[in-house]
Order: sequence, then C-alpha cells, then structure tokens
Amino acid sequence: MDPRYKVGDKVMVQNRFPPGHIRTPEFVRGKPGRILRYFGNFRNPEKLAYGEDGLPLCPLYWVEFTVNDVWKHKPGQAQDKLLIEIYEHWLDPA
Amino acid sequence: MATNFDPDPHPHQHDHDAHPEYDTVERVEHELDYFQVRVLALADILKEKGLLTTDEMRRAVENIYSKSPAIGSRVVARSWADPAFKDRLLEDASAACLELGIDTSSINHLVALENTDEIHYMVVCTLCSCYPRLLLGQPPTWYKSFPYRSKAVADPRGALADLGYEAPEGIELRVVDSTADCRYLVLPRRPAGTDGWSEEKLLALVTRDSMIGVGDALSPEEYEAGQEAVAG
Repeated sequence: MDPRYKVGDKVMVQNRFPPGHIRTPEFVRGKPGRILRYFGNFRNPEKLAYGEDGLPLCPLYWVEFTVNDVWKHKPGQAQDKLLIEIYEHWLDPA
Repeated sequence: MATNFDPDPHPHQHDHDAHPEYDTVERVEHELDYFQVRVLALADILKEKGLLTTDEMRRAVENIYSKSPAIGSRVVARSWADPAFKDRLLEDASAACLELGIDTSSINHLVALENTDEIHYMVVCTLCSCYPRLLLGQPPTWYKSFPYRSKAVADPRGALADLGYEAPEGIELRVVDSTADCRYLVLPRRPAGTDGWSEEKLLALVTRDSMIGVGDALSPEEYEAGQEAVAG
C-alpha cells in the first residue's frame, strides 16, 4: 500500500473513540500535526490484538505535534514537540 | 503442630496475632491475586496441551532477564568512537546493531535518535510500557508508572525535573511516544573532555537513563566520583 502522505504534510488526527486495542493516544485525537517520517507498512494492531492477521498492512508515520498545540495549559517551550507513531487510517489531511 | 514446612515464621509466638507489627518477616505463602491465577491457569493449559514445557517457560524468562543496559551501551560507545558507524546506525539501527553481533530482529522497527546541542529526545510509552528490552533490559519502575507516562507528554520539562534532569534552556525537546511498532534507542551527547578516548573507556560513561533520554551520559569527573564512592 502506497503511503498517502509525504514528509512535511499537515494532518489532523481523527477525533473518534472506538473500543478496542487502539494505539492512537487519546490526547492527540482531534489535534493538528505534521508528517515527520514514514516508517513503512505494518500489520494493523487493532486487528492483531483479536487474533486476526492484521492485513492489509497499514502505513505508519511519525507525526510531530507542538506540545503547546496539544495542551490548553501550554506546558512546553515554543519549540518543544511530541513525536507519535500513528497509522494512516487515523489521519486526515489538514 | 509446627513443621519445617510451616509457613508461619513465628510458630511458637502465641501473642503473634495481638502484635502484627512485630511480624516483619514477609510470609512466602500468600493469596494469589486475579492475574497470578490467570497466568498459572494459562500455563497449565499450555502444558496440558503439550504446547510449552515448564523448562521452555523458565528458559524464556531467563532470556528476558539476561538483557541489560550494557548491550545498549556498546552501541552508544561504538557510535561515539566511530562516526561512520553512527551514520549507519541512524540510517538503519537494526543493521548497525547486527554489525556488533546484536540481533534485534524481534523488534519490528528499531530507531536510533541522536541527542545534540540543538535537539534532545526523551522516550515514553503513554499506552503501556514499550521499551527496547533487547538493548536495555527491563524498564525501570518509574518508566512504567502513571506519573511519568502522563507527565512526560503533558509537562515534559517538569517530568525531566522530577528525575533530576534539567533540559537545557532553548533546546528543542522531542518527546517520543513509543505507541506502535517502533522501539527507540537514544544516543546521548558525547561527554566533553573525552577526546581520544577508546571505545572501551567511553563505554563506562553510558548510563541507562541517558539511553532513555532522561539524563546525560556521565562526565569523566562524575564517573571518577562514582568509582571512588564504590571503592570508599
């Protein structure tokens, strides 16, 4: 599966809360970020956790968030970042 | 009647129950909690079905505890001593580790991150306790604790301060959340005053926490002070 996003693309994490083995941390759902790196395609952990084969493979990205964009209390210095692995089906273009 | 196998450490102390505060020796026998019962039941089923033997399980646990930060330290020391190796490590960490005889094939995707004067990486797993166990052994208790896991992302400089480390003012702090298929090894900054040091000598300056990114490697002075404290 070819990755939909390229390094530098601005993305928005989907703001949904399905049950199950989800690897997208809740604190970045609905938050804007930027594609920093494409790691390759991996089996879907949301399916692997229930004994399925995890196919089709999912593109996995390193998404960069500014700490102060994620938290209302703005705990970071302006340049501080959170780098989080997110599968493509959790991202929308921003 | 008390026997050699009696779990009660004070079999002849008749006022035992009246003074529980004197019972400082922890009993070996205790009630199993919910998860211990589940683990034992699962192990019994696997044995009954002939899928695993007790010996295989013991060897697997033994293997887990044979890993230690000394393995990751070798990777860091080689990176400091050999810039070409460092470049290869940052490009493809698994392939570079294999050069040192360290097989990381059980990690889906190993990533090495270089701390510099401009960028400081620190690693957390907010969802559970993902950690490069092959290279660093079992994670420290604080790494698995809720306070570290939440504060590392919600107030990263504060989380570092809790661990006694002050991130340099103006540096770009990058908190890496190990949530999916990648495992991260931080390459700490090479300590000042180590020009010309051999790889073997550099090895002693690498610390576990510097490879998680919550501290720096030891300076030569800190290392000497530590050696004196041990000797003294």
